[in-house]
Amino acid sequence: MIETASGSLKPALGELSQGRPRAGFFSRVGGGAKRWLRGPSPWLNLLGLVGFLVLWHLTTRVLKLPLFVKLPGPLDTVKEWFSIQPVYGISIFTLEYYQHIGLSCLRVFLAFLLATGLGVPLGLLMGWKKTFSDYAFPILELLRPIPMLAWVPLAILMWPTRESSIVFLTFLGSFFATLLNSWLGVKSIDQAYFRAAACLGASESLIFRKIVWPGAMPFVFTGLQISVGYAWFSLVAGEMLAGEFGLGYLIWDSYILVQYPVIIIAMLTLGLVGSLNSLAIRALGNFLIRWKKRESGQ
Amino acid sequence: MAGDAKGGRLEARGLGQTYRLESGATREVLRDFNLTLEPGTLTALIGPSGCGKSVLINLLAGYETPTAGEIFLDGRKVVGPGPDRLVVFQETALFPWLTAFENVAYGPKIRGELKGPELTRAVMELLRLVGLDEFRDKYPAQLSGGMQRRAELARALINRPKATLLDEPFRGLDALTRSLMRDYYLNLFENRRGTQFFVTAELDEGLLLADRLVIATNLPAQVKKILKIDLPRPRSDEIRAAPEYLALKSEALELLHEEAMKSFKTGALTAADFVGAYAALN
Repeated sequence: MIETASGSLKPALGELSQGRPRAGFFSRVGGGAKRWLRGPSPWLNLLGLVGFLVLWHLTTRVLKLPLFVKLPGPLDTVKEWFSIQPVYGISIFTLEYYQHIGLSCLRVFLAFLLATGLGVPLGLLMGWKKTFSDYAFPILELLRPIPMLAWVPLAILMWPTRESSIVFLTFLGSFFATLLNSWLGVKSIDQAYFRAAACLGASESLIFRKIVWPGAMPFVFTGLQISVGYAWFSLVAGEMLAGEFGLGYLIWDSYILVQYPVIIIAMLTLGLVGSLNSLAIRALGNFLIRWKKRESGQ
Repeated sequence: MAGDAKGGRLEARGLGQTYRLESGATREVLRDFNLTLEPGTLTALIGPSGCGKSVLINLLAGYETPTAGEIFLDGRKVVGPGPDRLVVFQETALFPWLTAFENVAYGPKIRGELKGPELTRAVMELLRLVGLDEFRDKYPAQLSGGMQRRAELARALINRPKATLLDEPFRGLDALTRSLMRDYYLNLFENRRGTQFFVTAELDEGLLLADRLVIATNLPAQVKKILKIDLPRPRSDEIRAAPEYLALKSEALELLHEEAMKSFKTGALTAADFVGAYAALN
């Protein structure tokens, strides 16, 4: 779920940011998708997925390896997932399934919004103004390594409702990744650009808007991809401990109630939703940072 | 107010710059450096890398404060960077997130001097002068090295600076692109006629471009000699075979050779550098 900083950006850059420099966001994505469909990649992707399912089936149902024997097989899971009358009450045809998804998404969305809204400006400021980072750095370095799970008791004590403490925990998970990457983003900007801007007569606010902000953008978006991963990670932990709804709660609850296929359904749902999240951020990032891309054939 | 090509006498009086190294030792890069750049002339400074040329540019631009001496622009003391003295950097400093057009438009736009169609006209005129009008919507990463430097020249000159400071602007380009860049640059210079200070490590480049060629000494750098270059303009590559050109070249080589030998004897860190550069000049 947690992606590495550099690995995930490259392939998407290749697919998405070709085309005319001023083309719109959606036509850009559409063109990339078409080219991707013509290549061998979709077939290899499909083959990989099928291989995974076959392996899953073999280990759980055919060979019945000791490690896997208690797990539901792919067929049971899929049957339950797509059943109109599911045995354990969770499938794509039940309202409850979407309530869990919706609530988890809402919590992640709120927490991610807060983390981005606070982390990005703070990180940019820290990178830009040394005085500011001198103040903030020790606090940051003290708090950042504290695992999010260590915050659970405090979160429950501090916040009036369970809902707000879960959002708080989720927020913590993603906040530091965003802050750190935004800060590094400013640090990565070549001094020459600041000099050039000062030379041309740019004011402080212009330097922030026209140099710091766009210059840090590639790192900021890498940070956001990582931070949305952390957000889901923290969310599930929070929901398992304090939730009454949500996918993390569903997983834990199904474990207690011995409804094993539901665990797998909720896990795969988390995987899907998380991937879609990253994809959306990556696409937006590639659109905003299209100046990084060399034109093909140049 | 930045855009007035008139005036532009840039003077360095008794300039000195000494750095304190981390080891506690000091390193004197400039000592009593006196130089006057006359309005509307092109002065080139030659010296090998590591002889304090970039430091001099940084001081004239106002990025650094000298430890001794003062800098005057038209009689007024220079403090800090400003659009009246623009720097064209060694490596390209075009903003990678802006297109060629937006980069060139940046200066006049942020100072609110030009707007709308007026701004577009001014930018396009300069882009045409450097042969980039068809590439207006390309980002720097989509341009070749030579095109980037030309865009950078245009970005500086649209501000009609009183003085343009060029710190080995064509370094790292291949020979063909370099000679092409010289033509574009001279073309711009004839068109705008601001005071030009062109730092280079290539003797031929200095001789072909400049009205005056300043030869600097080893560290701490001082002005060793100023050669007046009275070759007719426009100058083409053929002028390199002219006797006047060859006489100037051999005089300059003689002076550079002296400095190279001196630095070799003192065993200075830059000695090898100097000899290397000197060898490259021949």
